[in-house]
Amino acid sequence: MELLLAIVIGSLYATGLYMLLRRSVVKLIIGLGLLSNGSNLLIFTIGRLVRGRPPIVPEGESSVPSPFADPLPQALILTAIVISFGVLAFALVLIHRAYQKVGTDDLDDLKTTDM
Amino acid sequence: MDVLLAVLSGFLLAPLAPWLDRRLGKRWGWMWALVPLGLLLFFLRFVPALARGEAFTRRLPWIPRLDVHLSFHLDGLSVLFALLISGIGVFIFLYAACYLEGHPHRGRFFLSLLGFMASMLGLVLADNAIALFVFWELTSLSSYLLIGFEHERERARSAALQALLVTGAGGLALLAGWLLLGQIGGGIELSQWRHQREQLIVHPHAEWALALILLGAFTKSAQFPFHFWLPNAMEAPTPVSAYLHSATMVKAGVYLLARLQPIFGGTELWNATIVPVGAVTLSLGALLAVRQREAKRLLAYSTVSALGVLTLLLGVGTPTAVMAAMVFLLAHALYKAALFLIAGIWDHEMGAREPERLAGLRRTMPITTAAAVLAAASLAGLPPSLGFLSKELFYEALRTAPRWPLLLLANAVLAGMALVAVAGLMGVRPFFGRGPIELQPRHEAPWPLWLGPSLLSLGGTISGLWPASLERMLLNPAITAVLGESVHTHLALWPGLNPVLLLSVLTIVGGIGMYAGRGIVRAPALPSVLARFAPSAAYASLLNGIYVLARLQTRVLQSGHLRYYLLTIIAWTVSIVGYPLVTRADGVALRRPAPEHVLDIGLALIIPLAALAAVRFTSRLAAIATLGVVGYAIALLYMIFGAPDLALTQFMVESLTVILFVLIFYHLPRFTTLSGRWARARDVVVSLLAGGMVSGLVLSILGMSPPDAISEYFVHKSVPEAHGRNVVNVILVDFRALDTLGEITVLALAGLGVYALMRLRVEE
Repeated sequence: MELLLAIVIGSLYATGLYMLLRRSVVKLIIGLGLLSNGSNLLIFTIGRLVRGRPPIVPEGESSVPSPFADPLPQALILTAIVISFGVLAFALVLIHRAYQKVGTDDLDDLKTTDM
Repeated sequence: MDVLLAVLSGFLLAPLAPWLDRRLGKRWGWMWALVPLGLLLFFLRFVPALARGEAFTRRLPWIPRLDVHLSFHLDGLSVLFALLISGIGVFIFLYAACYLEGHPHRGRFFLSLLGFMASMLGLVLADNAIALFVFWELTSLSSYLLIGFEHERERARSAALQALLVTGAGGLALLAGWLLLGQIGGGIELSQWRHQREQLIVHPHAEWALALILLGAFTKSAQFPFHFWLPNAMEAPTPVSAYLHSATMVKAGVYLLARLQPIFGGTELWNATIVPVGAVTLSLGALLAVRQREAKRLLAYSTVSALGVLTLLLGVGTPTAVMAAMVFLLAHALYKAALFLIAGIWDHEMGAREPERLAGLRRTMPITTAAAVLAAASLAGLPPSLGFLSKELFYEALRTAPRWPLLLLANAVLAGMALVAVAGLMGVRPFFGRGPIELQPRHEAPWPLWLGPSLLSLGGTISGLWPASLERMLLNPAITAVLGESVHTHLALWPGLNPVLLLSVLTIVGGIGMYAGRGIVRAPALPSVLARFAPSAAYASLLNGIYVLARLQTRVLQSGHLRYYLLTIIAWTVSIVGYPLVTRADGVALRRPAPEHVLDIGLALIIPLAALAAVRFTSRLAAIATLGVVGYAIALLYMIFGAPDLALTQFMVESLTVILFVLIFYHLPRFTTLSGRWARARDVVVSLLAGGMVSGLVLSILGMSPPDAISEYFVHKSVPEAHGRNVVNVILVDFRALDTLGEITVLALAGLGVYALMRLRVEE
């Protein structure tokens, strides 16, 4: 499964970066979404995969019986998911306003600060 | 008072200078001279003890872990320099206060001048090599500020920059040399190195260290081929030229050579580089000086020549040579500062600095005339001045030099003749010459202007007449410090009839001839071929080359297109991360694959396909839908591999994202293909490489043994300490609660931003 996931992550990075390299701002947003998903999965995978053993302490115990999924990467990713949502939402609205104002989504036309 | 306080007082006072100067006003400007006067008295107190052979050390830890200390060492050499700096400083401060009277930025001038004086004192007293380097660069910086004082003029700015670049580059070479020497010797105190001579000079890297240090010394002391910055530095106000660019700062390189004499003196590299460089500088400076028509440039070239003399003598390094160097150091500081100040008087009173435009000044300026005559006599080496004594010693040192005595003597006599002609131009022609008296002053210069040159030149004469106490108190301790052993010298005005005296007479006679025939020396214009290879031309083309390179680099790297910045970053990352991955792929050893579940394989296939579809689809809605598919599939993966919280969050966020996209994308333009075919092909290749690199990275990390994460701690402490059973949640709200607070803040700000952008009415 690790090999498969490695390829999945690679494909998310490749497609995400390709979209980031487009001239159209709209595509840039799609690339951002793909890339953040890829990064989260990357952190998750290199924290080692453990099937079906969430890090939750059962009733009556004081610790999680081994083996269990590593809680630290999960905590990091949880933060990352939320933050990347914030970034995406802000970028989306910003681009929307910029498009309303200048009427283009071609980055080459957005090079100067002058209108 | 403490040595530390003495050095730092200038730095402490400098920031207050503009305010203080306004308070002092016009009438009390001379009070500035009290600062160097206080320092002069402080350093004079050390003289009797030094004459008895004592030395003083004061050390303040600065960065102890790096062996960097503010340590000061007071011996005959450093105190001789400190006395010159503070003593001449008295007259310079006095003079400058009057010279710049009414100037709107006089306060700023004193700020830089005080900063310079403090740095220069630090330089000559420092024992720690790094501290010395810091002071060294500080003198370069304050010199930059002072040369460019009249910064409205383009010439002043470029001269300041030139001086800074040349001496600053030399300073960096010096630092490299110090560090190299520190590695060899295992410490960076100069006093320690002096005891390690045998160990240091045999080391294979010692010659590199010395070469780097010499580069620093030569640039600072304007030795050929770095001499060109000094005449250009004459853009500075005259007191600055007198102080920094003749009496003190340019001698820093010479000081350094004298300091290193006990360590490197007599080695092959020492003699073979310093002697020729000094000899060439000496005669080149003197001959170029005669060709100048403007007093300050003329004096600047003669200073170059004098610095050549000092360098040459320290390169020769015999006891006679060192003694000659110390006597000449003192003589030169006295007469050259005086002559500069006199040139400043011409400028201040008559607005002219060309000696040949002036005539008959003796009638209205008797005091200035007397000072100029005495100073010029010392420059020409006429008895009974200190300059005469030093020239006798100079010739004697060359005559007994271990190598090339005849060549060096001939060179020195030729340069000496040129300097006699310079003395005639500075001390005779403007005062006694006949000619059109269009620039006749009506009165003598004000006292703060003539006091300095008079006392300085008088000092040069008196010490020439009665050198004994000067020799005992100042010169012998300095010579002892340079040679590392005590010597007893005997200076006398009448050494008897000997070959050296004959050479002196020859020099003077030849010099008078050169003065009379100076038209011939000046006539031939420098051949243009030679001018193209002049060091200043090399400097200009080097500077231009830097500009061209900077423009080129900016054009390539700063294209202004987002995608090219990204491409650069991606390509660079791929190459530096990918290279070790490929070359050191010593086993992407996977654990034995667990039996794959059908669901996993299905998900693992869906994600790349959906991502690819998001790239390929031209319909906006379809692209959004595929993006959603990717997100939900990943959420399922989280679910399967023991991360229910992640799965939950991902489902929620993904749903919100899709809704937001649908709402807003509706208002955005359709997908269009803007890039050309080639650009797309290039991006495909780069993206695939980057993706492949990330895959390889994941596999190689998985091949390593899992890290000892701090997760164990969280898992064990979760219930007893935080009373929570869901460890991920406990980490977020307890162990890393502040992080989460920050995250919430960011999200709230993003939300505010979104709201504000939606509500914003863009003014048309």
